[in-house]
Amino acid sequence: MHKFANPARFMRLSNMFLPWIAGITVLLFALGLYYALVAAPEDYQMGSTYRIMFVHVPAAYMAQFGYGAIAVASAVGFIWKHPLADQAARAIGPVGAAFTALALITGSLWGKPMWGTYWIWDARLTSMLILFFVYLGYIAVWQTIEDHARAAKIAAIVAMVGLVNVIIIKFSVDWWNTLHQPASLMRMDGPTIGGDMLAALLLMIAAFNMFFFTIIIWRIQSLILRRRIRSLRMQLGGGRG
Amino acid sequence: MRKKRRLYLMLTSIAVLGLAVLLVLSALEDSIRLFYDPTEIVEKGIKPGQDFRLGGLVATDSLERHEIKGAMVNKFTVTDGNETVDVTYVGLLPDLFREGQGVVAEGSMNSAGVFVATEVLAKHDENYMPKEVIDSLKKRGEWQRDKSAKTKAGAS
Repeated sequence: MHKFANPARFMRLSNMFLPWIAGITVLLFALGLYYALVAAPEDYQMGSTYRIMFVHVPAAYMAQFGYGAIAVASAVGFIWKHPLADQAARAIGPVGAAFTALALITGSLWGKPMWGTYWIWDARLTSMLILFFVYLGYIAVWQTIEDHARAAKIAAIVAMVGLVNVIIIKFSVDWWNTLHQPASLMRMDGPTIGGDMLAALLLMIAAFNMFFFTIIIWRIQSLILRRRIRSLRMQLGGGRG
Repeated sequence: MRKKRRLYLMLTSIAVLGLAVLLVLSALEDSIRLFYDPTEIVEKGIKPGQDFRLGGLVATDSLERHEIKGAMVNKFTVTDGNETVDVTYVGLLPDLFREGQGVVAEGSMNSAGVFVATEVLAKHDENYMPKEVIDSLKKRGEWQRDKSAKTKAGAS
């Protein structure tokens, strides 16, 4: 593992993989959008309105996936002090926040025509809003604390505290009664979505996932470069970059 | 081993924090839940005039609509398979409002024991199906619309 924690090695490897990952992302989006907008049939109750699910569900999934990834990276950074793990966790912050916002907005737009309201303070919606604020807090820690090692440590603690909320989001629809429906995809007795709809949803989730990896690799690269520039400036002039 | 110590520190912190949150959430159970089902309303004996949310399935063949002075007056029964509550609501119902489907209504009981709703929201279940599939299931008589919705509304 220590080999990959080396930033220089990461730059070399990621430059090799990035075009492939980006290519797969484009391919999956093309296929996923075709399935989502054309191939998937109308829902028996919601007609075509349900298609917003093909953005909403992947966004909500990535919001939680991103947070899980931050938590894992933070734990690795906190326990084994890998410099790359901290950078990865930091890189995910704003991306996860963006996905959370997207899930909240698309959910709201979907809620109005179907439920009859943009927003309701049920357990699922509220815990998702809390996730958004946890993300903002996490980003703020990195923004405000200048010293990298200290920022990484405090950010890791924030990440761990917020992890509880992700578990609450997942089970909110089972533990309490909510307006939001229970899970359709990740459930014990299998998905409750019909054939081509399921294919469209899975493709879109895969596309979002690959998009996430592309963006994160880019962001880790730019964070590494930024640190390098900063240390070079310090060597040259002694001032802060 | 400092690494091991940090690992244990992290794991215990998460466990303690998780336990604390669990306790808080179970203490707040009553305020986190969105609605009460008809059985709970009958059991709790909620006083007239007290605002709360009622949730359940719209009973089949219970919806009556009248137009009085230009306003739509809707009357329907909400059931959880055990108890029922009669509801009146003046206004437009959401698109997804259907008999046999889940609904969440905000309002209060009047002195006659009828729930007067100020807002009615439709609850969507977790099933997504193409129209054709439903049609063929119906033809074969294998489709029960409220099969899954009933268990969800009942379990809370």
